[in-house]
Amino acid sequence: MSEKQPAVTQATLVKKAAPKSDYKPADVSPQRRVQRTFAVRLWSIRHSRLLEWFYSRFADVFLLLHPLWKGIGYSRVEAPVKFVEKRVKGFMFDCRMCGQCVLSSTGMSCPMNCPKQLRNGPCGGVRANGNCEVEPDMPCVWVKAWEGSRNMVHGDKILDVQKPVDQSLRETSAWLRVTAQAAAARETNQNPGASA
Amino acid sequence: MNVRQRDENPAGIHLPLDPLPGHTSRGRLERVLRRGEFAVTTELNPPDSADPEDVYNRAKIFDGWVDAINAVDASGANCHMSSVGICALLTRMGYAPIMQIACRDKNRIAIQGDVLGGAAMGVANMLCLTGDGVQAGDQPGAKPVFDLDSMSLLETIRIMRDNGKFLSGRKLTTPPQVFLGCAVNPFAPPYDFRPIHLGKKIAAGAQFAQTQYCFDVPMFKTFMQKARDLGHTEKLFLLCGVGPLASAKTAKWIRSNVPGIHIPDAVIKRLEGAQDQKKEGKQLCIDIINEVKEIPGVAGIHVMAYRQEEYVAEIVDESGVLKGRQPWQREIRRDDQIVAERLDHILHDEITETQVDMVKTAH
Repeated sequence: MSEKQPAVTQATLVKKAAPKSDYKPADVSPQRRVQRTFAVRLWSIRHSRLLEWFYSRFADVFLLLHPLWKGIGYSRVEAPVKFVEKRVKGFMFDCRMCGQCVLSSTGMSCPMNCPKQLRNGPCGGVRANGNCEVEPDMPCVWVKAWEGSRNMVHGDKILDVQKPVDQSLRETSAWLRVTAQAAAARETNQNPGASA
Repeated sequence: MNVRQRDENPAGIHLPLDPLPGHTSRGRLERVLRRGEFAVTTELNPPDSADPEDVYNRAKIFDGWVDAINAVDASGANCHMSSVGICALLTRMGYAPIMQIACRDKNRIAIQGDVLGGAAMGVANMLCLTGDGVQAGDQPGAKPVFDLDSMSLLETIRIMRDNGKFLSGRKLTTPPQVFLGCAVNPFAPPYDFRPIHLGKKIAAGAQFAQTQYCFDVPMFKTFMQKARDLGHTEKLFLLCGVGPLASAKTAKWIRSNVPGIHIPDAVIKRLEGAQDQKKEGKQLCIDIINEVKEIPGVAGIHVMAYRQEEYVAEIVDESGVLKGRQPWQREIRRDDQIVAERLDHILHDEITETQVDMVKTAH
């Protein structure tokens, strides 16, 4: 679980032993180099209830448009929908396009932003100030998820055990997938026995 | 010394025990816990060597004091002998290892393979961990895998055991019979979510849990109160993590460098005020054990004495948690003893027998 050695960590020694160079990037994780600020992500979590309401309306609209998607062909609408989805969710939640969105079960805090990509709750390394053990200046995704879920109507969905990520679905549209699945479920409900 | 050990297969110490109703594994730890005995587990400091004797020597000092030994999986993201390797060695000698599986280094393909391999070697207990981040260890440039998380890992092994299937649905001919464990850290935020999170782990398949180092007993009591209220302690055996601190300096270092370990100021003050800090650290550990063993729902302790392994026996002895019970211990078997008695002389005799002499004496 833990390893203790006096004075310096081995990681520090390894870093110190690296050859000297004029180009010395800041000693942060690769993701931190991409990401500048967490402000929008944290705003979304603070307004998780509003977003939950909006999301469910939005899902209804998408489902309503199912005949349209089907008419054009899901594979043909995939590119434009994904383009919008990636940018909107990327801005709002720092989405990583895992293709299997669980935002509504995680208090509108995207679990893929956790450096360990945990989808079922925090690890044991959360700092006392509620920040991440890997990225010391980032608030733990799961501390925030718990806060966000407490504001939501269906916040207890955080208790569901999530399946491991299907890596083959990366960079696909979760919106279209959810819509197509909901449509399929609706059809089997309307005429049960048809699929049997 | 020939008293038959309670939890031992008479056909051989390395063999699994007889299956019992209601038990999912054929191991010693599950038997001890289900009998309602206060269990003691510990952690083996994994060697940086390819010599099996290093593992045996490190396990030997726990003989007769612990019910199971954790074989850590590159703890702190530092390279050591693998947990599968340590387990292979320990099971040969009859020990009950707890195979730790961290999600940091292996994807679901490798993990499921290791679960089968471990179970085939006689590993009866598996502990599912997320694992520390790679930045903490001696290889910060490594690729973090984290394909599964501790929760989905628990569920994966539970599915393998109970449904006899891989995660993909492909069938197993013989499912692994294992007792599943998880780690809990009641001492890290979000504090009010932690007991609920434990419930989630139980739902995923956890049967026992080991906690992070407990240095703050009131905080642990609050956690246990909530866990009891949620009914977790009836579904899961909770072992409280304890360990001696070597000095106030180490304690401060751990506090600022090892994420997830909470050490209150009072503990550091107590260590600083002591004449012999190492002795005080041990005494503090014993005091904490004496407090936590009285908390309802605590089924045992997990003693982590990194680089102070020789203290484990003393700590367990002086805290009296075993109440006179002696955990399994490797003993010389009757037949081995007879052989040793009859042939002992060949070790000491100075006679060099030639084949011609042997023929003569035989006639």
